[in-house]
Amino acid sequence: MRTEAKVGLGLLLTPLLLWLSLLIFIPHVDMFIVSLQERIGVGKYQTSLANYLTFFQEPLYLWTFLRTAVMSILATLMTLLIAFPVSYYIAKMVKGRLQSALFLMCLVPFWVSELVRTFGWMILLRETGIFSNLLQFVGLADGPVEMLYNDGAIMLGLVYTSMLFMVVPLVTTLESLPDEVIEAGYDLGGSGLSVLREIIIPHAMPGIVSGCIVVFMLSLGNYLTPTMLGGKESLWFTELIYSQFIVRFNWELGSAFGFMLLILSSAIVWGMLKLTGQSLEKTMG
Amino acid sequence: MIPSIPQSRFLTTAYAAYIVVFFVFLALPLLVVAGFAFNDSQFPSLPWEGFTWNWFFGDERPMIGVFHERSILRAIGTSILVAVLVSALAVAVGLSNAFLFNRYKFRGQGILYVLMLLPLVIPGIVLGISILVFSSRVANGLWDGYRIDIEALRPGLLLVILGQFSFITTIATLVIGARLQKFDRTLEEAALNLGAGRLVAIRTITLPYLAPAMVGAFVVSFLMSFENFNTTLMLVGSDAPLTIAMFDRLKEGSTPLLNAVSLLLMLGSSCLALIMIFFQKK
Amino acid sequence: MTPDLECSALTKRFGDTTAVENVSFQVPPGSFFSILGPSGCGKTTIMRMIAGFLEPSEGDIRIKGKSVLNVAPNKRPVNMVFQHLALFPMMNIAENIGYGLRRQGMDKTQIGRKVDEALDRIGLPGIGSRKVDELSGGQKQRVAIARCMVLEPDVLLLDEPLGALDLKLRERMKVELKSLQAAFDTTFVYITHDQSEALVMSDNIAVMNNGQFEQMGSGQDLYYRPESAFVAGFVGDTNRWQGKVTRKEGDAIELVTENGLTLRGATHGRDLSDGQQADVFVRPEAIRIAHDAADLAHFDNRISGRVTSLLFNGAASRILVGSEDGREEIEVNLPQSGEFSSIAKGDAVHIGWASDQGNCFKAGGN
Repeated sequence: MRTEAKVGLGLLLTPLLLWLSLLIFIPHVDMFIVSLQERIGVGKYQTSLANYLTFFQEPLYLWTFLRTAVMSILATLMTLLIAFPVSYYIAKMVKGRLQSALFLMCLVPFWVSELVRTFGWMILLRETGIFSNLLQFVGLADGPVEMLYNDGAIMLGLVYTSMLFMVVPLVTTLESLPDEVIEAGYDLGGSGLSVLREIIIPHAMPGIVSGCIVVFMLSLGNYLTPTMLGGKESLWFTELIYSQFIVRFNWELGSAFGFMLLILSSAIVWGMLKLTGQSLEKTMG
Repeated sequence: MIPSIPQSRFLTTAYAAYIVVFFVFLALPLLVVAGFAFNDSQFPSLPWEGFTWNWFFGDERPMIGVFHERSILRAIGTSILVAVLVSALAVAVGLSNAFLFNRYKFRGQGILYVLMLLPLVIPGIVLGISILVFSSRVANGLWDGYRIDIEALRPGLLLVILGQFSFITTIATLVIGARLQKFDRTLEEAALNLGAGRLVAIRTITLPYLAPAMVGAFVVSFLMSFENFNTTLMLVGSDAPLTIAMFDRLKEGSTPLLNAVSLLLMLGSSCLALIMIFFQKK
Repeated sequence: MTPDLECSALTKRFGDTTAVENVSFQVPPGSFFSILGPSGCGKTTIMRMIAGFLEPSEGDIRIKGKSVLNVAPNKRPVNMVFQHLALFPMMNIAENIGYGLRRQGMDKTQIGRKVDEALDRIGLPGIGSRKVDELSGGQKQRVAIARCMVLEPDVLLLDEPLGALDLKLRERMKVELKSLQAAFDTTFVYITHDQSEALVMSDNIAVMNNGQFEQMGSGQDLYYRPESAFVAGFVGDTNRWQGKVTRKEGDAIELVTENGLTLRGATHGRDLSDGQQADVFVRPEAIRIAHDAADLAHFDNRISGRVTSLLFNGAASRILVGSEDGREEIEVNLPQSGEFSSIAKGDAVHIGWASDQGNCFKAGGN
């Protein structure tokens, strides 16, 4: 029996370890090694921090990096603010069929590709788009209005595209809060605001954190939305990575960029978990 | 505020209005995409030139419909192939992982679980380039050392599949693990008590119980693979899956053909979702 | 003296169904009032209307003489111990108990003192910094009560709070609740479907069925002098037969059951006449048992039969007696004297009871 258990453990461990080592761990280590190589001649490399120095010395790179981080954080906060009332409504204000229907309606848009959703916003926002025509029609604008290719459009796209990943964890955690507990809060003299602050939000914290982490990750690593809605000048960090790899074929610098993005995302996720006293297992698992 | 706490009419109405606005916001881009699939014009934008099915069935230039556009059809085929393989792999490994974390206690389990979650918090594009860099270096090493050229390690479908698999497996593990967590182990013990062997008990009792979660994990994996863009973008070779093919076309300027493809995608994924709901209910 | 709580003609309709119909009652200060009824009878609806989570369709609720109909739940001078207690899992025990005080804007040191006082009062000093899920079921119960009592409510509502506890603990908590009520000297309104909880703790009990109060009174009233067939059947264990009235003399009546057994009972002033269908209720402890028929000569109901089953349960042991003709089965308490301790299945026994122990009601009531 003991050997049987050991064999079973070994059999189940193998795929996990293969997956994590070959597809996650070793590639990232390898990417780090590549990022430390400096090209000194054709086919000749030496180990140095040159790529990272380039990153810190070139204002455009650093600026793009910081801008991406700040805008991702903003997008996360906006998504949270928009999604929370909706999630609360679905979780606590409606019951039964209506509840399932509303929840389903939240999910539907995200079963189609992000590309399609972004395409939809392009049709709405561009110069010849629906909104522009609408504004002219009601007389608020004299000529075509270009609403695409600015930071607002990027923000809108990011918020829209990440909405699901905020709504689902929020609805799940809010639903697990018994009505009784909210009623007890009122019964003991609490007002709407104090119940929200002291009972509902603390209860929803794991959902808020996991939603924020996922939305932040998706925004930070997004390539499609900034490129399509932000246009050529969108300055998103993933675009720099892409161009180093695919356009300029400078994999060493590209790897360094990739590693910086990884460090940034890990740092912010870790900070978020520490700040709220949550753990990755609890929020994601 | 919950329905049993009396609130002012104004507040309840305002709240309901907010929800309505939210759903309009959600639906708007999709409705627009779907609507312009039927516009009898070269551009998916106003003015409306009249209704047409040509962007689906048309077979003459300039209006070649989806069903006659070879490159799109091939891209759809590629996407389906990739998605099926990725989902099958992810569900298989996810099942194994779920059992591992649920049934065994071993040293380092906690750390391994966190590691298992990590792919969720690695930006997709970074996953893509790390696999790209690693596989290319292995391929270069093999060529330099042994003059063996392994085409599969160059950007192409295998790398796309591996790249998507690398993070979709985490999701499959979580979906199946959640259901296994709820499984009442005394059922398995009852089967053993009634004469089944351990593996038979798992096959006849536990796996049927897990079936809805496995179907769910498969569908979710399929959709995630089908939709994936970031990781795929870095690993794609000559035969591009649909999202990449559409992206390339979109960069060159859009025709309602893309709307038609999008509408088909919406219908397809809705069907998949319905299948999943159906299985979940059982 | 104004009652602490007074409901008059309280009615609640949900669409076509009437959950609570024309219910009126008063609860004097410092008393323990229970509403007892099967699930779905509307007792929770009453409770939620008093707490303010439901609006009555008609009628009035007055607390210390003042109507609270237009008062929001967080402003009402009543507090509630919820069915699943609803302790806030995101707070520790002290924060839970201090929650309402913080809402009143009391300063921190004073809250701390009050919380400590309350913890002493419930016999759990020093657990303030513990988490909710570190407490046992009984401790949680007491914390939930303390959380309300620090606010010194006029009325404390308790919604089947013992339901989730195991049997032993439930027995102990009954006694404890009663003494907590005495210690806090506050009016308790308690709802339950468990008659023993209501009987043990309450000064007054209202038995509720189908949205209406069937009877209101002390435990003894309900047990010994039920005013309706429902109460007779719901409160306490009882034998019940249905039959046709064949004779009536004043309060005494004679009826024949569907199986042909003749029984004598009493109407206790209720309206019943010849030829009507009637229900008769006889409690198992009202029935005497004897080895010899002569010992039972003074009873006007006498049956001979055999023990068909022995339900041994210590002091509450019973036997089922099948009448000789095999038509009826009667549940009888075994006397605690030990006289029948060796009785066994199949033994011949004689049983009898006085006709005024047979409570008769017009059939069809329930």
